[in-house]
Amino acid sequence: MYISVRDRPAGGTTAHGSTSTRPPVGRVVLTLGVVSLLTDVSSESVSAILPLYLTAVVGLTPVAYGLIDGLYQGVSALVRLGGGWLADASDRPKWVAFLGYGLSAVARVFLLFASGAAGIAAVVTADRIGKGIRTAPRDAMISTATPTEHLGRAFGVHRMLDTIGAALGPLIAFGLLWLVPGGYSVVLVVSLAFAIAGVALLGLLGPDVRARREAAARSGPTPPPFRWRDLTDARLRPLLVVAGVLGLLTIGDGFIYLALLDHGGVNVTWFPLFYVGTNVAYLVLAVPVGRLADRVGRARTLVVGHLALVGAYLCAVLPTSTAAATVGTLLLLGTFYAATDGVIAAIAGRLVPAQARSSGIAAAQTVVALARMLASAGFGVLWLLLGPTTAMATVAALLVIAVLVAATRIARLDGTAVTS
Amino acid sequence: MSSRARVLAFVAVVVAIAVAATTYVVTERREVRAERAAEPAAEQAPITEVTDGPRIVFRHTGLDSEYGVVAVVPLDDPGGPRAFTGVTCDRVAARAEGASCLVSDLGVAASYEGVELDADWQQVDSVDLPGIPSRTRLSPDGTLAATTVFVAGHSYMSTGFSTATEVHEFGGGERWGNLEKFQLVIDGREVNPVDRNVWGVTFVDDETFYATVATGDRTWLVEGDLTERTLTSVSPDAECPALSPDGTRVAFKVDVDPGRRIVWQVAVQDLATGDRTLLEAGPRGIDDQVEWLDDDTLIYGLPRADEPGVTDTWAVDTTPEATPRLLIEQAWSATVVR
Repeated sequence: MYISVRDRPAGGTTAHGSTSTRPPVGRVVLTLGVVSLLTDVSSESVSAILPLYLTAVVGLTPVAYGLIDGLYQGVSALVRLGGGWLADASDRPKWVAFLGYGLSAVARVFLLFASGAAGIAAVVTADRIGKGIRTAPRDAMISTATPTEHLGRAFGVHRMLDTIGAALGPLIAFGLLWLVPGGYSVVLVVSLAFAIAGVALLGLLGPDVRARREAAARSGPTPPPFRWRDLTDARLRPLLVVAGVLGLLTIGDGFIYLALLDHGGVNVTWFPLFYVGTNVAYLVLAVPVGRLADRVGRARTLVVGHLALVGAYLCAVLPTSTAAATVGTLLLLGTFYAATDGVIAAIAGRLVPAQARSSGIAAAQTVVALARMLASAGFGVLWLLLGPTTAMATVAALLVIAVLVAATRIARLDGTAVTS
Repeated sequence: MSSRARVLAFVAVVVAIAVAATTYVVTERREVRAERAAEPAAEQAPITEVTDGPRIVFRHTGLDSEYGVVAVVPLDDPGGPRAFTGVTCDRVAARAEGASCLVSDLGVAASYEGVELDADWQQVDSVDLPGIPSRTRLSPDGTLAATTVFVAGHSYMSTGFSTATEVHEFGGGERWGNLEKFQLVIDGREVNPVDRNVWGVTFVDDETFYATVATGDRTWLVEGDLTERTLTSVSPDAECPALSPDGTRVAFKVDVDPGRRIVWQVAVQDLATGDRTLLEAGPRGIDDQVEWLDDDTLIYGLPRADEPGVTDTWAVDTTPEATPRLLIEQAWSATVVR
């Protein structure tokens, strides 16, 4: 892993030609990575204690909590498109992302005073809307600020920093509860502090990356402003189809963890650590897999990366369920995230004209999110009809077929003339 | 702003919030420590004075040195002096023979434990629990124990939510495992939904019990059989049942505002006739497994709105127009030992 904090010209888009040596990761990527790290510390420290806080202090039951959790997961997919459109239409992705980060930070203030299921659900929803708004503009900034040949690594670095924050959050939360027994308000206040730091970093030091203006500065005439038609670009469509089909066979992590538990090979007390294990694998692999993607082709990595998910499905239902199988499952799941989450944003940002970059990334991410929601709902039925092992093996087989079919599109996706 | 000014402004913001957050943490820590060092405001009695007769066992929730410690009051003087047992629990259920105590240890990786205690509050057994303590109950003769916990992980990539409810012999011995694995029969039909959750056990005897099953958006009062390993629906829309001492009626929570909001009130159902009485004037927004004080009175815990962490135990008659009365201050998870 090679990261340098050496400063690059603002915007950092100027690596034309020089590809033999690896330039340092740009300031934009590092700044946005640290913003994400701080924000994830903030949101994951609250997520970690939210079940305890809701049940111990606010006094909600399982059902009420499940309801909130559903809201938490479902909201962000749809506002994402709106955030992407706004960023493109204004050519101000930094300030649209700022709006998203700011909304989440403000939601934390209200969480301090929220009581009862309805109030907390509202705050949590606002937080997720903020996340939905900011994701695509932020990824578009990374895309614009990075030379095409290093996109995979740039997104890898960003996702690594992001996941470090996600891993630190729960540790900080439980550390604080250890310092101050019952001090849920302390966790909420510290979480707010991290959120403000993230927003301040973006607002004050985040470079104002503007794809349209920069394209104009480089090559003459100003590109036209964003039009919805840009999203139907013939280059983007195959990606949306591939991502959608693969997403339809991507069941939620929860099911994989449940399958592991169902086999009885692992003690149920380890359940919370499944998430930690996946996160650790993801953050370690994000950069190397991103660099690999730059070398062998990003679409190829995205498609082949789904074989890691196939492996995770099969590993989770191995007849001889052991600790090794559990670790293997989590490692494969982390590999899958490393090969897909940042990589798809890297691909999408280059398949649409610069003025539609945020929307293009948002479209790809929304397709994936919606497809996965459908997949989880569908898999619930399959699990019920066939039982965990057969259901999982079936999805694994279908996913292998889908990967093989998608593989026929790789050349086209990786070979498509990129937009700079 | 020049980039130098921006860097300075950012540093200033970070220093300011770091100082503010640290000050808050330190102040809270000092306050909590002072609180937890204080003597309880509630009057105290020696434990020997209350352990023989009928009594109420509960978790003391005053913000003081005995916070979370199990206490006992005589049944005929619930508002009187309380005796502390020295045992800390999040949830507790007691019989004459002993008590089941669920406790969380919030280290850097939180862990949860179910501890069983004999009549003298000495530990006889303990098991690791898979999540946050929610409910526990013992069978009438203290032979069986039931525990319910929330299994909830933490992650932004995916979140699982479910309950895990288990029944086992008190003090170790036979374990029936997670009740989700029991055969579920709803309206006479064997069903096998993957999203089922079971919680809130109340025992009839050492063979039969009632509990809640949720699947889809519905909840059911079910009758459970440990030998047959079955859960059979009795009626829909009932959560956290509690069987009356004479075994004729079941009290439970019902959601009186179905849809997005959840507002629980208490209802009582006659098991022979199926007639259901909603305690209209009773508590709204209750979230507890109620307990029977006697054959005509229920008790339950309610958090204080203005004091986080502090709860009181209330009593209410089982008639629609009965209004609640405060039974024990700073008390939670109360069970009656007869």
